[in-house]
Amino acid sequence: MSGAAATLRRNGRSVQRMLPPRAWGVLAILLAVAYPFVIEQLISGSNDLLDASIQTLAYVIMALGLNIVVGFAGLLDLGYVAFFAIGAFVMGWLGSQQFPDVSGGEGFHFLTPDTSPLGGAIPGIHVNFFFVIFIAAVFTALWGAILGAPTLRLRGDYLAIVTLAFGEIVPRVFENATSGIFGIGSIDFSNGRQGITPIDKVNFPWSDTPFHYPLELEPIYYVGLGMVLATLFLNIRLRDSRLGRAWIAVREDEVAAASMGVNLVRTKLWAYALGAMLGGFAGAFLATYNNTVNVDQFEFGFSVFILCMVVLGGMGNIWGVILGAVFLSMLNRFFLPELNDLPDKVGLDFDVTSINFGIFGFLLLVMMVLRPEGLLPSSRRKLELHADDVDADEVWFDEASLYDTRDDEMRPE
Amino acid sequence: MEAASVPASLTAQRKTPLQWVWENILWVLFGSVLAIYLVTDFTQTLEDVKTGLSNGMIWALIALGYTLVYGIIELINFAHGEVFMIGSFIAVSLWQTLGVLGTDSPALIALSILLALIVSMLASGSLNVMIERVAYRPLRNAPKLAPLITAIGMSFILQNVGLLWRPAPDSSPDLIGSQKTLFTILDVDIVRSDVFAVAVTVPLLIALLWFVGRTKYGKAMRATAQDPDAARLMGINVDRTIGLTFLLGGVLAGAAGMIYAIYNGTVQFNQGFTAGLIAFTAAVMGGIGNLKGAVVGGLIIGVIQSLSDTHFGQVWTPAIVFGILILVMVFKPSGLFGEEVREG
Repeated sequence: MSGAAATLRRNGRSVQRMLPPRAWGVLAILLAVAYPFVIEQLISGSNDLLDASIQTLAYVIMALGLNIVVGFAGLLDLGYVAFFAIGAFVMGWLGSQQFPDVSGGEGFHFLTPDTSPLGGAIPGIHVNFFFVIFIAAVFTALWGAILGAPTLRLRGDYLAIVTLAFGEIVPRVFENATSGIFGIGSIDFSNGRQGITPIDKVNFPWSDTPFHYPLELEPIYYVGLGMVLATLFLNIRLRDSRLGRAWIAVREDEVAAASMGVNLVRTKLWAYALGAMLGGFAGAFLATYNNTVNVDQFEFGFSVFILCMVVLGGMGNIWGVILGAVFLSMLNRFFLPELNDLPDKVGLDFDVTSINFGIFGFLLLVMMVLRPEGLLPSSRRKLELHADDVDADEVWFDEASLYDTRDDEMRPE
Repeated sequence: MEAASVPASLTAQRKTPLQWVWENILWVLFGSVLAIYLVTDFTQTLEDVKTGLSNGMIWALIALGYTLVYGIIELINFAHGEVFMIGSFIAVSLWQTLGVLGTDSPALIALSILLALIVSMLASGSLNVMIERVAYRPLRNAPKLAPLITAIGMSFILQNVGLLWRPAPDSSPDLIGSQKTLFTILDVDIVRSDVFAVAVTVPLLIALLWFVGRTKYGKAMRATAQDPDAARLMGINVDRTIGLTFLLGGVLAGAAGMIYAIYNGTVQFNQGFTAGLIAFTAAVMGGIGNLKGAVVGGLIIGVIQSLSDTHFGQVWTPAIVFGILILVMVFKPSGLFGEEVREG
């Protein structure tokens, strides 16, 4: 490590030690809670930023989910968008007028307003959002396990392609399932390319008034934030659990892990199911927030977008992944449009936002070649990725990374 | 590989019919589906087989690129589909610049097709070599998933280059009058584009098999595929051999791109992604690393696609092909020919 970087790292650590780790966590949560008010004071027309932030919250959940699969367990998943799609469609099925014939056109309602403001009964299935997210999570976890079960004995690169093919199949099945699947049955599951819209707004189980987004964004922001915090808690607890250690062991050396008594199949299946679950969790949220479930959202590029967040931030490091998600999402929303007059200046004519996936691809390439451990590396992962070019002595004496079995940078020393 | 050196008669045990069926399950399934369709609707199925075979020629050429690269460095060259797309774009741009049309004299058309073939082959070949230099060589000793991630990055970069080049689907000049019927066998019309695809592909396939099987460079490739370290000790320049493999794969993808432009009539920036996945399915089906397998796999996938177009409808075909990809990878990763062969 070069001198400057080492100094920076030491200084960072000493700033970190000024407060106990829990205080940092509380501070971060307070900041996130105060965020809508702060930006309202600082920026005029802050709704755009708040809207982007709410999307970002969903991306953070997905990136954390993918991090379980890619970062912790070391299984490359290129079809993560499939779980986003499944979660979103569960929200679409259980919270819209997609199935108008349910109970004779009267509709099925569970803790949601059952009459429209005009007085008539609302047809279709309508389940309260706070129940749908858990149904969506369980359903996608099931699909994660269904996909995982037969594929786990494959080698890493084959596994990646199988997940990619799955990620391609799921949206196509949804797109064409307008009268049954493969021509069997006649139920319209997806409304084809138009997608399912509108989707029910979130309402609390004890109240009949739905939220007013996109007019009023703060309440839905706090719902999203609550989901992120729950996800974060789950991720940290998982990482430090027996299962989390098993994932890391499997990632580093499957044979050694198996001979130490780690059950490979169960460990990997859990990684798949939990990673998928978070995808569905966030998918349901995005479906209601965007007010539509549309197959155009579920393209391969989105899987790569999420993967890029994980790689950029640092595979295996929870804080790095969050940083990567926030950074990329904001880059996509605000920074790329800023660059739009750049091609003009060099005499070209194109829209920078239209090639955003090319830019993400470029980031992936550059990161993997120059700094595969990401912006905020997890110390163990870094050792693995640099196994060849690190001097053996250096590894031996780098005690911190040898004995620091947790990736948590906030850990007291 | 040890088993291969023992004479087959010593190791061969009597196989029960069930074992035989499982070993050849892909052939059995494909054969029986084809047979059922042939019995129920002979002419239509024959028509599908014809379309599938000529379309499959393109997949075979692309699949060879996957299988060559995988055979030598065990990497799924994810950007390969994009190399194919760039090949198409170059051919179409060349024709558009030259201003050749289907109404020009046959000699001029033949010349411009030959020129486009050579240019797109060279361009795609060198592009593929460049990709290897930039994205894969620095990571040769990294964990296996690292180069796969850079491959995806590269694929997206190239796809967006294609997007800037041609934001909307563009039509290729119909140089050969591709839908004109040349002759009819058993009520099936053989059109010009079918003959064209076969006429360009088959010589290339023969040339490739000759190159890998008979020349010194081919021998170096096979040696590197078997054991890179031993090959290096024997004086083979492994880096250059890997570069050569990428060059060959790219050249074939460029040729496939040119054929595709004529055969399909339109080119668009995202054609490479789907084509790449289909061709990869073909390579896996033939047993990845197996050159002849990739060709047979490409042809079979072509036929499966056209059968599915007819019987399930075009919208379900991609889902069916990718479903086959998953099933083959999970249950029969060794492919059609049963054993894993590398570069042979």
